Amino acid sequence: MDAIHLAYMTTILEVRNLTKSFRSLKAVDDVSFSIPQGACFGLLGPNGAGKTTTIEIIEGIKKPSSGEILYKGKPRDRKFSEQTGIQFQSTALMDYLKTHEVLTLFSKLYPRSQPIDHLIELCQLEEFLDTYATRLSGGQRQRLLLAVALINDPEILFLDEPTTGLDPQSRRNFWSLIRDIKAQGKTVLLTTHYMEEAELLCDQLVIMDKGKIIVDGSPEALLQQYFDHSYVCIDQRDFHGDINALTSPAEEREDCIAIATSTVEKTLSELVSLNINLRSLRVKSPSLDDLFLKLTGHRLRE
Amino acid sequence: MKEILALWMARNREYYRDKGSLFWSFVATPFIVIVLAIAFSSESQEVFRAGLLVTSSSTQTSMFTEDPAIQLIAYTDAQEALRRVQFHQLDILITTEAPLRYWVNPESAKGRLLEKLLISDTTEPWQREEIKGQPIRYIDWVIPGILAMNMMFSGLWGIGYVIVRYRKNGVLKRLQATPLRAWQFLLSQAFSRLFIMLSVTILVFIACDVFLDFMMVGSHLLLLLIAIVGNLAIISMSLLMAARTASEELANGLLNLISFPMLLLSELWFSLDDAPQWLQDFSLMLPLTHLVKAARRVMLEGAGFTDIIPQLGVLVIMTLLFVTLAGIMFRWHND
Repeated sequence: MDAIHLAYMTTILEVRNLTKSFRSLKAVDDVSFSIPQGACFGLLGPNGAGKTTTIEIIEGIKKPSSGEILYKGKPRDRKFSEQTGIQFQSTALMDYLKTHEVLTLFSKLYPRSQPIDHLIELCQLEEFLDTYATRLSGGQRQRLLLAVALINDPEILFLDEPTTGLDPQSRRNFWSLIRDIKAQGKTVLLTTHYMEEAELLCDQLVIMDKGKIIVDGSPEALLQQYFDHSYVCIDQRDFHGDINALTSPAEEREDCIAIATSTVEKTLSELVSLNINLRSLRVKSPSLDDLFLKLTGHRLRE
Repeated sequence: MKEILALWMARNREYYRDKGSLFWSFVATPFIVIVLAIAFSSESQEVFRAGLLVTSSSTQTSMFTEDPAIQLIAYTDAQEALRRVQFHQLDILITTEAPLRYWVNPESAKGRLLEKLLISDTTEPWQREEIKGQPIRYIDWVIPGILAMNMMFSGLWGIGYVIVRYRKNGVLKRLQATPLRAWQFLLSQAFSRLFIMLSVTILVFIACDVFLDFMMVGSHLLLLLIAIVGNLAIISMSLLMAARTASEELANGLLNLISFPMLLLSELWFSLDDAPQWLQDFSLMLPLTHLVKAARRVMLEGAGFTDIIPQLGVLVIMTLLFVTLAGIMFRWHND
C-alpha cells in the first residue's frame, strides 16, 4: 500500500500531543500521528524510546499526562475495547488453562467473537490445543496471544514488540501471520525495535527516540528522502588499507567496512584497483537502522 | 453474566488442577483434625475450672482463689456461664449475690468434687442448682475452629494471593484490555472461591463426622448459612488486601498480618474466657471470631437463627464494608 493510497483513506485513530511524565522523566513527549484505516502503522525505536508507553496509552491501559486520542473521530468509549485487539509485550496466561480453554474464556468476555476454529487455523494452534498455556514455547505462546487479540474480530490490532525473544524461524512465521491479517483489511499498530520487521510489515511508521517522534512517513519514502546511495560492504578481514583513501565515505561497522556510494560500479572498480579481495562483497540498500543512525547518532539496538 | 460464568469456570479449573491446593484442602486439614482427636481423646484437663458470676450487687470472694489447681474465671453474662456448666466447660459456677448459690452439672465428676469442696469449706448456706447436659469433648469444641481456620487460609490466599499474582504477571492487564469490568472479575473470583470453600468444607465436615462422630446439635442448613456468610466476609477481606498490592512478597506479609491474629484470637484452638477484657474486645473485630462463635452455638448448643443474628449481622456489615472499599480501591495494574 503506498502513501498516496493511504492519504485517501479514512483515519481510524488519531493521536494528538500525547505526553506522559513519570516524575521528572518525560516518557512520551508531545507525540502526534494518525493511522489510516487498513494500514499497518509502525512505532519504531530502541528500547526505552517510549513506544510501549505510547501504545498502552492508546489502548487505554495507561492514562496520559496530557493529550488526546480519537478513535473514528471521537474520544474512545466502551465500544473501543470491543473493537480492538491487543497483544502486550509480556503477558502471562492463567497457570492451569489449556490453549483451547484460554480461547474459550476470552471469547466469552466479548459481546461478539470469531469462531474459535477459524482462529486455530489462522494462528496454527492445532498442535498444542491441549497443552497448558504455561508450557508453550515462545513462538507458540505469541501465536496463542495473537489469537486472543483477534478473538473479537477487531477493527484495529495493537501488537507491542510481538516478535521480541523469538527465534528467526518463529519470527518469520509470525510475520507471515501478520501479513495474512493485514490482507483481511485490519488496521495494525505495531511497535518494534527490529528495522527489518518495520520495513517488511509497515505501510507507515514513526521513528521514536527518547519519547519524541524524530521522523515519520512510509519506509520507502523515508529512505528515498534521506539516502541517495547504497552501501558496498566488505568484511574487515578482507579490507587491508586506509578507508580514508577511498573516494566515497566509508565507515567501520561491527562486522564490515561499509562504503556509501551512489555509483556502485565506480566503487567496485576502485576496490579492484586497490587489490582488495571481493569474496565477502555485499551491496546493501540503506535500512531504517541506517536512517536512525543518521538522525540520532546511535543505532536502534544500542 | 456469561463473562462471570466463564471466569468462574476458569478459576475452578485452576484450583482443581493445582495439586498443592488440593493437598492442603483434602489431606492437610483432615490430618490436623485427626491428630487433634487422638491427642485430646484422653480428656485430661488437669485444672479445675470454677466460674464466678459477677453482678453489681455481688461481693468479693476468696473461694477457690488460693488453690492453684482451681482456675477461677469471672463471668458477667449469666446465660453464657450457665451454658458452660451445662456442657462441662465449667465445673461449677458460683455467685456471691444473696442468696448464695452455685450451679453444678450432676453428670460432671469434677463438678461434684468442687461442690464438696465448696460446701465443706464454708459455713454459709449455699443454695444448690442443677444443670444437666452432655459434656462437650475438646474435639467437638475445636472442630468448628479447624474448619473455620481452613476457610480462612483458603479464602485469604485463594483470593488475595491469586489476584496479586495475576496483577504481577500481567493476567489482569490482559483482562483489562477486554470489555470486562472490574466488578465482574471480582465477583467471579469471589464466587469461585465461595463454591470451592463450601465444597471442601462440606466434604471435610462429612469425613470428620464419619471418623469422629463429633457433636452436631443444631440445624445443618443454618450451619451452611453461617459458612456462606462467614466465607464472604473472609473473601471480601482478602479482596480488600489485594485491591492494589502488586508484589507477592508484600501480599504474603499482609495475609500473615491478617491471618495470625485470627488464628490466635478468634477462639479457634482455645477459649479467651480467661484472657484480659481488651483482648476479648479486640477479637470481636475479627470476622473469624463471629463465624466460629455462631458455628459453635449451632453445633454444640443447637441455637436457632434468631440466636445467631448478632454474629451474622456483624459478618454481613464487615462484608459490605470490605467489598465497598475493595471496589473503590481496585486497580487492574500499578503504573
